[in-house]
Amino acid sequence: MLAYIIRRLFYAIPILIGVNLLTFLLFFVVNSPDDMAVSQLGQKYVTPEGIQAWKRKNGYDLPLFFNPEAPGSDALTETIFFTKSVRLFAFDFGRSESGRDITTDVSTRMWPSLAVALPTFVVGIWVNICVALMVVMFHATRLDRWAVFVFVALMSISYLFYIIGGQYLVAKTWKLVPISGFHGEIQPWKFLLLPVLVGVIAGIGAGARWYCTLFLEEANQDYVRTARAKGASEIRILFRHILPNALIPILTGVVVVIPSLFMGGLLIESFFGIPGLGSYMLDAINAQDFAIVRAMVFIGSILYIVGLILTDISYTWADPRLRLS
Amino acid sequence: MTADQTTRHTTATHRSLCTLPIALLLVLALPVLTACGEPPWNNPNPLVQDDLQTYQSMMAPAPPKHLDPALSYATDESLFIMQIYEPPMDYHFLKRPYELIPGALASAPEVTFLDADGQPVEESDPAVAFTRYTLRLREDLHFQPHPAFALDDAGQPLYLFDNVADGARFKQIPDFPVTGARPVHANDYAYAIRRLADPKNASPMLGFMSQYIVGMKAFSEQVAGLPRDSWLNLDDIPMDGLEVVDERTLNITIKGLYPQFVYWLAMPFFSPIAPEVDRFYHNPGFADRNLTLDWWPVGSGPFMMVKNDPNSEIVLERNPNYRADYFPTEGAPGDLEAGNLADAGKRLPLIDRAVFRLEKSGLSLWTKFMQGYYDRSGEVHSNTTGVFDQAFVVRPDGVEMSSELADHRITMSPDVKPGLYYYGFNMRDPVVGGYTEEKRKLRQALQIAFQTEEYLNVFYKGNGIAAHNLIPPGIPGNLEGEAGMNPYVYDWVDGEPRRKSLDYARQLLAEAGYPNGRDASTGEPLKIFIDVQSQAIDNTSMNWIDRVFAEIGVQVEFRPADFNRTREKLLTGNTQIFSHGWLADYPDPENFLFLLYGPESPLECDCDGANNSNYASEEYDALFRQMRVLPPGPERDALVAQMVELYRRDAVWLYAFYPKEIYLNNSWVYNNKRHGISKSTLKYTRVDEAEREKMQALWNQPITWPLYAALLLFVSLLLPGIVAYRRRQNATIRHAISRHTLSRHIGG
Amino acid sequence: MKPLLLWSDALIYLLVISLCLFFLRLRRDPQTREHWRQVFSTRIGMVTMTLILVYVGIALLDSLHFRRALDPVAGSPDGEVFYDGKVSSVLDVMLGGMGERFERTYSAPFALDSFEKQDMQDEAGQTYRDFPPLKHAGQHLEQPEHRWRDVLTRSASALLWGLLLAALVIAPQWLLLRRSPYPWSASWVTQAVVICLAVWLVSISRYYHVLGTDLGGADVAYQSIKGIRTGVLLGTLATLIMLPIAVTLGVMAGYFKGWVDDVVQYLYTTLSSIPGILLIAASVLLFQVYIDLNPDFFSVGLQKADARFLALCFILGVTSWSSLCRLIRAETLKISQLGYVQAAHAFGVSHRRILTRHILPNVTHIILITFVLDFSALVLAEAVLSYIGVGIDPTMASWGNMINGARAELSREPVVWWTLSGAFFFMFVLVLAANLFSDLVRDAFDPRTAKLAKGSAAA
Repeated sequence: MLAYIIRRLFYAIPILIGVNLLTFLLFFVVNSPDDMAVSQLGQKYVTPEGIQAWKRKNGYDLPLFFNPEAPGSDALTETIFFTKSVRLFAFDFGRSESGRDITTDVSTRMWPSLAVALPTFVVGIWVNICVALMVVMFHATRLDRWAVFVFVALMSISYLFYIIGGQYLVAKTWKLVPISGFHGEIQPWKFLLLPVLVGVIAGIGAGARWYCTLFLEEANQDYVRTARAKGASEIRILFRHILPNALIPILTGVVVVIPSLFMGGLLIESFFGIPGLGSYMLDAINAQDFAIVRAMVFIGSILYIVGLILTDISYTWADPRLRLS
Repeated sequence: MTADQTTRHTTATHRSLCTLPIALLLVLALPVLTACGEPPWNNPNPLVQDDLQTYQSMMAPAPPKHLDPALSYATDESLFIMQIYEPPMDYHFLKRPYELIPGALASAPEVTFLDADGQPVEESDPAVAFTRYTLRLREDLHFQPHPAFALDDAGQPLYLFDNVADGARFKQIPDFPVTGARPVHANDYAYAIRRLADPKNASPMLGFMSQYIVGMKAFSEQVAGLPRDSWLNLDDIPMDGLEVVDERTLNITIKGLYPQFVYWLAMPFFSPIAPEVDRFYHNPGFADRNLTLDWWPVGSGPFMMVKNDPNSEIVLERNPNYRADYFPTEGAPGDLEAGNLADAGKRLPLIDRAVFRLEKSGLSLWTKFMQGYYDRSGEVHSNTTGVFDQAFVVRPDGVEMSSELADHRITMSPDVKPGLYYYGFNMRDPVVGGYTEEKRKLRQALQIAFQTEEYLNVFYKGNGIAAHNLIPPGIPGNLEGEAGMNPYVYDWVDGEPRRKSLDYARQLLAEAGYPNGRDASTGEPLKIFIDVQSQAIDNTSMNWIDRVFAEIGVQVEFRPADFNRTREKLLTGNTQIFSHGWLADYPDPENFLFLLYGPESPLECDCDGANNSNYASEEYDALFRQMRVLPPGPERDALVAQMVELYRRDAVWLYAFYPKEIYLNNSWVYNNKRHGISKSTLKYTRVDEAEREKMQALWNQPITWPLYAALLLFVSLLLPGIVAYRRRQNATIRHAISRHTLSRHIGG
Repeated sequence: MKPLLLWSDALIYLLVISLCLFFLRLRRDPQTREHWRQVFSTRIGMVTMTLILVYVGIALLDSLHFRRALDPVAGSPDGEVFYDGKVSSVLDVMLGGMGERFERTYSAPFALDSFEKQDMQDEAGQTYRDFPPLKHAGQHLEQPEHRWRDVLTRSASALLWGLLLAALVIAPQWLLLRRSPYPWSASWVTQAVVICLAVWLVSISRYYHVLGTDLGGADVAYQSIKGIRTGVLLGTLATLIMLPIAVTLGVMAGYFKGWVDDVVQYLYTTLSSIPGILLIAASVLLFQVYIDLNPDFFSVGLQKADARFLALCFILGVTSWSSLCRLIRAETLKISQLGYVQAAHAFGVSHRRILTRHILPNVTHIILITFVLDFSALVLAEAVLSYIGVGIDPTMASWGNMINGARAELSREPVVWWTLSGAFFFMFVLVLAANLFSDLVRDAFDPRTAKLAKGSAAA
């Protein structure tokens, strides 16, 4: 097991290098270091000296990928790409282009993200399973067909409408909760209620339908028929047979998401003014802050890879026949 | 375990599983049952129980990026810097036109004119080579309490560390237990100017100021060559133009004549910086925890920073060491009647604390303001444009509020910023540029066709004034009435300017060689290209502009691009019509007229020049050089008028307007007069906390029926489900039994 | 008049033609025909298919672009004809100039007056401020009080005409298909409803703004309809563009294994590990710069917007590429282990032949399912991307741009709700139809769910 995990982590290195290379390419085809300097220095009285000074200060005065002036192997290492990437692998994210320490920001912003994403995730799964179980109970009746239709209809509404509608009704018209904001220390739940509610409701359509499919798949298995033939009640079948067996695909399906909960939700965070990583990323895109974008891509990729590894582990855990090798 | 038991067990699980939504709703509904007499549920501001008078405000839509006065050049950053630092000069809070007054100085700077040998001469003497400004500081200036000033028993700085580990336990400035303070010296102002010159700081002022301050460039080059392993005491390196005479006196020498220099002394760049503070922030490892001058400013102004979390809030508190400063006892005409002098003579600041919360979305900002959780609708932007026409009714005789706002007894503060937004022609463009009579007529025709007033009404809700001039109101050179009208675009009818007719525009267009918008020689339709920044424009306004020019048969095409690409086009002159804006640094016509000064063209100076129109008129340039060094007076006004006439005749810009905003204030905030230039006005603000609390409770009674409705809906969904389930369970059994018996009958 | 063929126009017609050919080919395969029979034997299948075809039809009509010729001018030398810079489409003509009736600014649905006050002058030359009457609404009314009665009578007559037209359209179908085993009646009802709505909308929008007007005074109903083309094209082209890459790489990885497999796996793991939104944002900016730097390629503004639109399709395709590629790789792995493929190997059949004859036909169901499933997701994604500012070019009509612009309107009092509602309605119908249809397709084609659906049918 341990050997497997270590080997997988080694496989991650070329992927992370590839990710980094791609981000660099995408970003620097668009933006030269001069562009970045200009956007950071503001709009008035920008002089070439000022640009040079900014580039030197932030380490963008080297060539991008290849330095023909440096001797030997330094031609590859004395470059923006190498100097900036090596530090990433040491988890040193450095400073954002505006001068703040990224590691500090990421570690403080992670918690609000988690505070929204985790309850949404947990409550969401739980509500979805509940709803799906109820629907499965009425499988192949009129209720079932209507429920499926409602799920699909819920799925067909853009996420933006859920957020806008929730904010407008619950916060603005009914004044039940603050419309936006977040406080870590003082009554954080007050700010979390609405985003979590919106997140859960928006997720019911797709989630409950997926669980329905999983449950139905189990419901058509032979062992269920046997149990039914033995005269077990519907509820017993549902909870003793279908649910535990369906939990395996559910588990392995959701595990991949868990690490990325840290990244938070882009839209929820920006609409509700939650100072998490999702809005951090959005702000960085808008401000074209390359240092933050690069750090976030790196973190995102790592979390994704961790999610993949966790999925593999959860397979062996859920199904003892499988062995990791 | 019997079958019976298992069934009971599983139904129990089932029940507990599915009662959770009910529990959730109960949690939601819980406050309903306990809420009587409690503060509103939707209060986004934490309840702090102390008797400090707190002003509740926002940073919208983004937190400041830089709080180092050497680096910052944005209004949303001055909002903080100007409360914490105190530059030598300041503006009078109430008087209009804007009046410069001594801030940290005991009196206005003394100006001495010097010749090339440093000997004093008369101002009018052609031998003037330098100007010397002598700044005399007030006696009672002190820095705020700060750990950088803390001394140990031996009188040495307490918090200087040799390695990262020693200082690692201090994460933020409030973590340092001991603070100290000391008086502000003249040298602190000198040190700040040296920091501007330090290339490591990459100050936006370095390029500009080194044209003026003697020895700044040499200083900068010298420092650039020095090794910088740790903190470098800039005091050790002399700068020719700076002379610290004594603890309270500083001489600054600049090249030639530059009367506008005194305005710069009111800008944050010239705030005092204590060398020991700079040294403190250079402690090893501090920068990695954002312990820098850029994030924790240290000044001598009315407030000091006690919390800096740019992701959620910034908190300022009264600086206990602030000098004796009093609310002005006189103002502009009308101020007394408006109640703006009610606090005259009181010691400043009038509040103890100001909280600025990050607010990104317009909807929540406006909602919170209307719920009473923000004291004003905005700080650097009024944020009222989107709701303007519904919230206000603009009457011919002024502005009136909607009933909702009036019920809240909200007050308004109009603010005309000394700035401009405009679409300029590139004068080097082969189609619209050039100085021949035809080209002028073409541009004038386009100017007339662009219905600026209507554009402002539709897209800015009237929050702007169509410009007849490149100098905004409130600044010498902008005239009222017929004298201030642009006669090339407007006629004076019935006591007000009226835009010339479209027919006249068509006629001009025909005379320019484009009858009906078609090239007279080829028949090709005239098409103009407008370069805009993509964030600055949306589909609806593009369509609108398109329609406006279609009226005279001209086709328009927009070329939206991002900020850098637009800037590049301007720098290379690769544009036809471009959108741009300018916000003045100081209230002097020079700061606007230089927007058309030939050598300022990016193509001429090979720099980020301000003359993006690439306007080149020998006449204008000569007038500008003359005007620039003249003191204010009729002679100068005459020159300005001549330049404005050239601007109008040559029709250099397609259209321009002065941004005008209306800020809203809740009834418990006082002294709301807007100052178009200075941001150091927080010290004048006063709030009535009791009134605010009362109003917040009154306006935020939650509407609870949806909670009960939701509960009811849930139950009504659940009940038929349960009923249906029961029936089904029973029906299956009965059905199965009957079928079973039937088959047995047949089988039997 | 000069036709103008945008790249996206060409692609969408190409796509429709190839889809038709694809289906014709599939018809020959009895198993596929059985699947389709299963889809269309439900009423929901019929209704949703009809709705989707209506949307696609509108998108196709809106993809026939042309520029109007300008009047010849005396001065022009050799009778050279010049064209208007504005591009119209056949749909614009069919809507009867709906998009050319501009007001000053906001107006509510069926309103006669503007939503915002304006300074006006009365006969005595006095300036007063009131809601100005609209230019293109209720002009025919003698008294404004008669508005609702007028709306009703006009609706009734439009409905009659609509029913008549619907009868004309449906009658030949009925004659041809009445013995068909499929539930055509569901489709006919849908057709009748759509035709009635269309006739009603076109006829009544001459007199009123059915969904009001937006900030710039443009008709919201028109904009929502113009958004259809963007939505449909984005949903289909994104998949189309990435399809060849995903299929080629997926099949190659699954079939050749070894280092090819390693490379392909590395590629898609790398791509999918980058947070999608960042990848999209960066790529959109990249294309934008490319377009800005090469302005000579595009003679009309719309072409630029179109290029950006295609770029967006491409990027969305690339980001969704990895999941399809992974599925196809897994399926190919499975198939290539099967006996008949092994046998073909043993007989020395060439790789190419095995791939085209045995592997490709057996992964088509995955492609089809991905195609229908991704469609609605892509339409929804567009709104979110426009919100972030990396979506469709702002000069192009799209639901995302409408929603994005309408966000600020919610903070107004009273609320401007119609822009949001217009975008919501048209988007919701399309996505709902697509989702329901894709459900059916998946049930029919996916071996896993197919078994399940049959099982449930049996139960």
